[in-house]
Amino acid sequence: MRRRRLARIGLYLGAGAFLAFTLFPVYWAAVSSLESGAALFTIDYWPRDPAWENYSDVFADQPFGRNIANSVIVATLTVGLSLALAAGAGFALGRVSFRGRRLMLAVVLATTMFPQVAVLAGMFELIRGLGLYNNLAGLALSYLLFTLPFTVWVVTTFMRQVPAEIEAAALIDGAPPWRVVWSILLPLVRPGLVTAGLLAFIGAWNEFLFALTFTLTDAARTVPVAIALISGASQYELPWGRIMAASVIVTLPIVALAAVFQRRIATGLAAGAIKG
Amino acid sequence: MVRPATVAPLRRHRTRLAWAALAPALAAVAAVAGWPLLRTLSLAFTDARLATIETARWVGLENFAWTLSDPDWWRAVFNTLVFAVCSVSLELVLGLAFALLLNAGLRGQGALRAVALVPWAVPTVVAAQVWRWMYHDVHGVVNELLLGLGVIAQPVAWLADPALSLAAVILTDVWKATPFVTLLLLAGLQTIPAPVIAAARLDGAGPLDLLIRIILPLLRPAIVVAVLFRALDALRVFDLIYVMTSNSRATATVSIYTRQALIDFQDLGAGSAAAVLTFALIGMVAVAAVFALRPATGVAR
Repeated sequence: MRRRRLARIGLYLGAGAFLAFTLFPVYWAAVSSLESGAALFTIDYWPRDPAWENYSDVFADQPFGRNIANSVIVATLTVGLSLALAAGAGFALGRVSFRGRRLMLAVVLATTMFPQVAVLAGMFELIRGLGLYNNLAGLALSYLLFTLPFTVWVVTTFMRQVPAEIEAAALIDGAPPWRVVWSILLPLVRPGLVTAGLLAFIGAWNEFLFALTFTLTDAARTVPVAIALISGASQYELPWGRIMAASVIVTLPIVALAAVFQRRIATGLAAGAIKG
Repeated sequence: MVRPATVAPLRRHRTRLAWAALAPALAAVAAVAGWPLLRTLSLAFTDARLATIETARWVGLENFAWTLSDPDWWRAVFNTLVFAVCSVSLELVLGLAFALLLNAGLRGQGALRAVALVPWAVPTVVAAQVWRWMYHDVHGVVNELLLGLGVIAQPVAWLADPALSLAAVILTDVWKATPFVTLLLLAGLQTIPAPVIAAARLDGAGPLDLLIRIILPLLRPAIVVAVLFRALDALRVFDLIYVMTSNSRATATVSIYTRQALIDFQDLGAGSAAAVLTFALIGMVAVAAVFALRPATGVAR
């Protein structure tokens, strides 16, 4: 009995350690974002006299609003493109058995292991050739490299779980195949589309290497690049308060999304990985 | 019942429909993965510079010879392997501990699981900046905490000291990626039937026996997948290192080395050769891992 209680206390201590390890950096960023001037350089575990000017400075000293809008546009475009392509591919790979199906699935999934730098030179040339350098559409196109494999995989998995009878019944009723896909199958796999779309949105929102390489001006820069390049009066005096404020601003929506859809994301990650 | 005579044309029609539905996605994969990879491969054999792609000349294996004789390249390979091995093993051990904890039936488990998603969702660039600030040599909270605990006698320049910077970056990656491993292993743990555990307990298995003899073997597929995914990510790490330590030799990985050659030095030939070598390195690890995985789960279905 006593041993069990001790074990229980140990478990809660472990949970406490887990919480501290996971949340402290986020908490510290929030505290620092509310300090400016000398307050930033003394260690306070609670902002004694919260200053909100870092938050307004972020928008005043650089086009951070523009950067946020760019990130929203790129992420939305990426999600739209990925889901449109994955819906067709998911139908083909999940509902029809044809020769070469496994090979095609393997081809799509193999791109998961492509390191972004391995295609950087060719992608740079492609994007410049299409006239999409320093352009948000070019970024969204390049992001398909990492969003397509898992969106196709998640949608295919969900498509497979739809009972054959449902599709057969609609076909026998004389519905043309595209209508069966559009108004029967797609609504049934909506949870899959939502999960895949969320993961694609988060991936595009957080991407850095392509955004750094394929954009040049503030007008086309996304948020991660803007945050990485925030600089102050001198190389040695980085405006840490502002950097932390910007970090909090771009992290909040993503953490909120993750919290609202946590079950979906967790199962999506697990399904993508365990079955992959 | 459909009569046999009508089945064959129906199936052929369906196959054609499937290819038509699949074609746009395949075209996209060819455009953003296949074509750029082939171009990178062919540029690796030329003297192309960023401004003169059109007039590039064939130079054979010169770029590969140059890269393979560059001590900075080998330093980058070494850094990449150290980063990958250390971060993935730490993430696996911590992730397993946290997954067992989250599976132990504590109150507020749902909330703990939601918390686990936070570092995963934080953009890598943000994680890098936050930790860079915490590691700050004069005003950083890490030094403050360690000084307070008496672990260090004077402030340490975590990211500037070449002996420490790689470890500091690895710790940041562990913070960012452990939750991902935790969630994967937790999903694996939840597939283990409770009666199996109960039966082992009845047979007198202690906690350690239970872990080593029952849980770990049953968890193997999840562990292999988590390691594969994490290793692929760790081997191509870029954002974290670029933001935290810039192009410092002490932490430069193969991705950093490659981008520096391609973009900063505008040397498309040598940079592409480095890109091809990076791809080969990661490809070998991936193939080895997939083979290790095959008997356990059966990937190709």
